[in-house]
Amino acid sequence: MAEFHSPEALVEAASRARDAGYRCMDAYSPFPVEPLDDIIEKRGPYLPLLVLIGGAVGAVAGYALQYYVSVIYYPLNVGGRPYNSWPSFIPITFETMILFASLTAVFGMLGLNRLPQPYHPVFNVRRFAMASNDRFFLCIEAVDPKFNTGETHKFLEGLSPDHVSVVQH
Amino acid sequence: MKRLKSPDAKEANVNVPVIAPGHTFGSITEKISSVVLKRRTSKGWFFGFAIGFSLLMLLLYTITYLVTTGIGIWGNNIPVGWAFDIIDFVWWIGIGHAGTLISAILLLLRQEWRTSINRFAEAMTLMAVLCAGLYPVLHTGRPWLAYWLFPYPNTMGVQPQFRSPLMWDVFAVSTYLTVSFLFWFVGLIPDMGTLRDRSTKRFAKAVYGMLSLGWRGSADHWRRYKIAYLLLAGLSTPLVLSVHTIVSFDFAVSVIPGWHTTIFPPYFVAGAVYSGFAMVLTLSIPIRRIYGLTDFITMRHLNNMAKVMLAMGLVVGYGYAMEAFIAWYSGNKYEWAMAYNRWTGPYAWSYWSLIACNIVIPQLLWIRKIRASTIWLFILSLVINIGMWLERFVIIATSLRRDFLPSSWATYKPSFWDFGMFLGTIGLFLTLLFLFIRFLPVINIFEMRELLHEKEAHEAGGEGHQ
Repeated sequence: MAEFHSPEALVEAASRARDAGYRCMDAYSPFPVEPLDDIIEKRGPYLPLLVLIGGAVGAVAGYALQYYVSVIYYPLNVGGRPYNSWPSFIPITFETMILFASLTAVFGMLGLNRLPQPYHPVFNVRRFAMASNDRFFLCIEAVDPKFNTGETHKFLEGLSPDHVSVVQH
Repeated sequence: MKRLKSPDAKEANVNVPVIAPGHTFGSITEKISSVVLKRRTSKGWFFGFAIGFSLLMLLLYTITYLVTTGIGIWGNNIPVGWAFDIIDFVWWIGIGHAGTLISAILLLLRQEWRTSINRFAEAMTLMAVLCAGLYPVLHTGRPWLAYWLFPYPNTMGVQPQFRSPLMWDVFAVSTYLTVSFLFWFVGLIPDMGTLRDRSTKRFAKAVYGMLSLGWRGSADHWRRYKIAYLLLAGLSTPLVLSVHTIVSFDFAVSVIPGWHTTIFPPYFVAGAVYSGFAMVLTLSIPIRRIYGLTDFITMRHLNNMAKVMLAMGLVVGYGYAMEAFIAWYSGNKYEWAMAYNRWTGPYAWSYWSLIACNIVIPQLLWIRKIRASTIWLFILSLVINIGMWLERFVIIATSLRRDFLPSSWATYKPSFWDFGMFLGTIGLFLTLLFLFIRFLPVINIFEMRELLHEKEAHEAGGEGHQ
């Protein structure tokens, strides 16, 4: 794992590692660094699609609940209005749509990120505490087919980092 | 509070940066997290917390008396069936709306100045909605049965009436509370990671560690995090508009003169934003001074908020004018009688002070010198808060006390317990607010770093990156 002091250096290093053929790596930064999105391998399904589905399910569920209660389970005649008075059902349908979509966005994000995850090997590196402050880290994982402790270490040294450390796990 | 009056009116100019110069990623982290981790709890904090906590005790006392006696201890009675409970409910919900507006709408509009006030405004939203939620629950008279508001399979064989705006309100407010909490918490996760890594005490490390959910700032996580955050902002924006629209439906869908108007939804939303921004100013002016956060909450923020407030005030003014115009133009004698009664009846003082507080006095915000003076902004924000409370009082009390039949007319007088409960919820709000300031970062740290990075990249002018 190599440590850098600016986001630009991290991006530079990550793209060089990618060019060198490393795939199983991750970058760590104290704030989102946009160019990394294209360099680091993407995993898992597409979150916005899940949120869209969540919203659709919410809207259908909200309307279905009101329909079931007002038409089937407990029909009440209020001034001769139809049992299925759909205009009155719109506000709640809208709210449940937003609710389900938001819950999907948050729990989908956490789930796909595999959080909460209290333990992760990177925390074994003492200097990693700086990753939430002002340091930027690039970590090449041992599962990478190209990984070799000695060579990878040398490769990372060649990226002119501030520090290189081995992550125990 | 040393520099009450700004020496130079130009300070409020747009040229004032959103972060004072000379900061690095490290210094931002240090400055914001030290408020929570290192600095000794100040005397000012204890003072403020003591006030909040005493008022909270008043709230508990009031609630205890209310629950053991019944809602007859309040001043409202038929025909004025709604009074302080709904006035305060709408007032609190309205205050909450600025938080969502700042964090969601300004994010979507890429207003970078929102960054240092959004966390704080979101927390304010959450606390305000909690205070608001107390009122309808207690007004049910049997708060322990409040879950009857929700549809659930029950042995009584009855279900809620979904054609009623009050049911819409239940769903709107509970959704709003949930989504506001999620939005706030998601924003906090990376900063919890920072606090975890920086705290030296074992207990604090464990607590912040748990709250950070093991956040480690991985690029893949950030990518998904940004998507989720943006989506939440996109979802909150229509949500916040819908919530106050639905709150206004509680009135507009009924047939009471003065309530049954189509201008209510937009006029309520504007009023909500108005009072919310006023509350953000009321709170952020002392806090930035006491905690030395003037580098991050600069005069630019205060100036921008003052401008939003001025604009919203004008929209609200339009609402009042339209209400009066339609009362006359509709030719409906009940509407006109109600309007006339508002202006000249026994509650005329409340109508005219409302006009003074919300329309006349805030026009001072046109003057640049006033927008550049924290003390003036502070006073004006208090005036607007009072004005917005009066607005709800006027809408609710004066409309209800005179409806169609003279035989059902009455006068309304609030009781001691009405005021007790209102002050009490202010206490709840202040207590939660002071706890938040003490234990969580008031400013979003990672967004400030990002903002600094963007600013530096911008100044570097395309050297190595765009």
